[in-house]
Amino acid sequence: MRHFTIALGLVGVLAAGAASAEPKTYQLPDETAEFKQGPGVEAAQDNCMSCHSADYINAQPPKKGRAFWEAEVTKMIHTYKAPIEETDAKAIVDYLEKTY
Amino acid sequence: MFDRRRMLKSAGGMALGFSGLAIAGSPLKAFAAETVTLPFANGERKLVQYPGKRPLIQLTARPPQLETPFSVFDEGVLTPNDAFFVRYHLAGVPLSIDPAAYKIEVKGKVDTPLSLSLDDLKKMDAVEIVAVHQCSGNSRGFVDPRVAGGQLANGAMGNAKWKGVPLKALLDKAGVQAGAVQVSFDGLDKPVIPATPDFVKALEIDHARDGEVMLAYQMNGEDLPWLNGFPVRLVVPGRFGTYWVKHLATITVLDQPFDGFWMKSAYRIPDNDCACVEAGAKPDKTKPIGRFNVRSFVTNVLDGAKVKAGDAELRGIAFDGGNGIKSVETSVDGGKTWAPAKLGEDLGKYSFRQWTSKATLPSGEATIMVRATSNGGETQPTSARWNPPGYMRNAVEATRVTAA
Repeated sequence: MRHFTIALGLVGVLAAGAASAEPKTYQLPDETAEFKQGPGVEAAQDNCMSCHSADYINAQPPKKGRAFWEAEVTKMIHTYKAPIEETDAKAIVDYLEKTY
Repeated sequence: MFDRRRMLKSAGGMALGFSGLAIAGSPLKAFAAETVTLPFANGERKLVQYPGKRPLIQLTARPPQLETPFSVFDEGVLTPNDAFFVRYHLAGVPLSIDPAAYKIEVKGKVDTPLSLSLDDLKKMDAVEIVAVHQCSGNSRGFVDPRVAGGQLANGAMGNAKWKGVPLKALLDKAGVQAGAVQVSFDGLDKPVIPATPDFVKALEIDHARDGEVMLAYQMNGEDLPWLNGFPVRLVVPGRFGTYWVKHLATITVLDQPFDGFWMKSAYRIPDNDCACVEAGAKPDKTKPIGRFNVRSFVTNVLDGAKVKAGDAELRGIAFDGGNGIKSVETSVDGGKTWAPAKLGEDLGKYSFRQWTSKATLPSGEATIMVRATSNGGETQPTSARWNPPGYMRNAVEATRVTAA
């Protein structure tokens, strides 16, 4: 198993290092993280995952409360310009507060 | 998928987590487990292998953020390319790059704008430097009270030998005009939606021309790994990783300070000597994050390890923001008494400095601590300082072990 993974790694390195007139390409592994189930999860899936994977939320410290999540959702809308409708924004904050 | 994750977790239960990994030199256990649990709440992470990388701790998938398993830092003073941490801000990661067509533009307040190919760059006089690269938020998961952001343990750092061309050489070639105050840097990574601020960073003009800031095309004797900025990245020795722009494409000389989001609003620290405020407070005034503060780590014993009582050799690493390491001390009695460590080979003032120290561990529980002092006289605080973004953690590390 370990030999197998090392061999795969080498292929990646060689692909990035070989001289060629062709563009080099890179393939990111599939994304697997999912939002925790809970009321309002659809609003989070529909909006947040346009720009980032669900692990951005899953890895945050637990039980940080409403103000923490409100600040995050507000940052996404005002700073990063996420086009999130007001009703969805509230649903997302409700969901994050209760589920995380 | 949920079932698979649960199965992996239970299958790996025996070796789960850093706290369960007794010996730093046996990372295979962690690979077999396929998850690790970083030692803070909500610290469970998958180990995921990306092309060109060994299995690394996946903080996020899109955009990718990968942390180096801490045992890697015991493998040697240079961090292997396939283990080096990865941090993107925006999910528009370049996935196709044609090295033959790649161009680096130098523009703005210059006499002669440049458009250099990789061949042009590699024909210029090359320099090499060994320098630590560290994420501003390295160790954020340990910040107490916890703060939002990438919840990293101590693995968002690495030390490499970088080869490339001094930024000064490019700026001199282009001819910086009078009145230039800053230089901004943009890479190929882009936001998903155009309205999101693009990741652009800036340095003061004198810093940009200090001869140390470089455009690196090699890392530890090889092409840069894709996820570390292939084919060219900025290397800013002694400064936090936020300035080390990847897939560097555009260098702009400016006659006024750059006011983009990633300088004006993000990556800012309290504008005071400790870069800290009382836990939970907001700083009155902030400034862009700058140099690393001094840090040190034990690498051959991990927290929670069961070790032999009696004589032991401790080893580890220390670094700072460019003064170099003057001394390292260790304590095995929770900080009551300290013994000097022996410093290893000096690879330059920006490099990890390895150290070794002999210690006698009494039977029972012991707390091993390590504290470094820089040539500038800076040392590590006993208790951690706090700031709202969770940057620059550098408190004395404590490794708890049970000796028998």
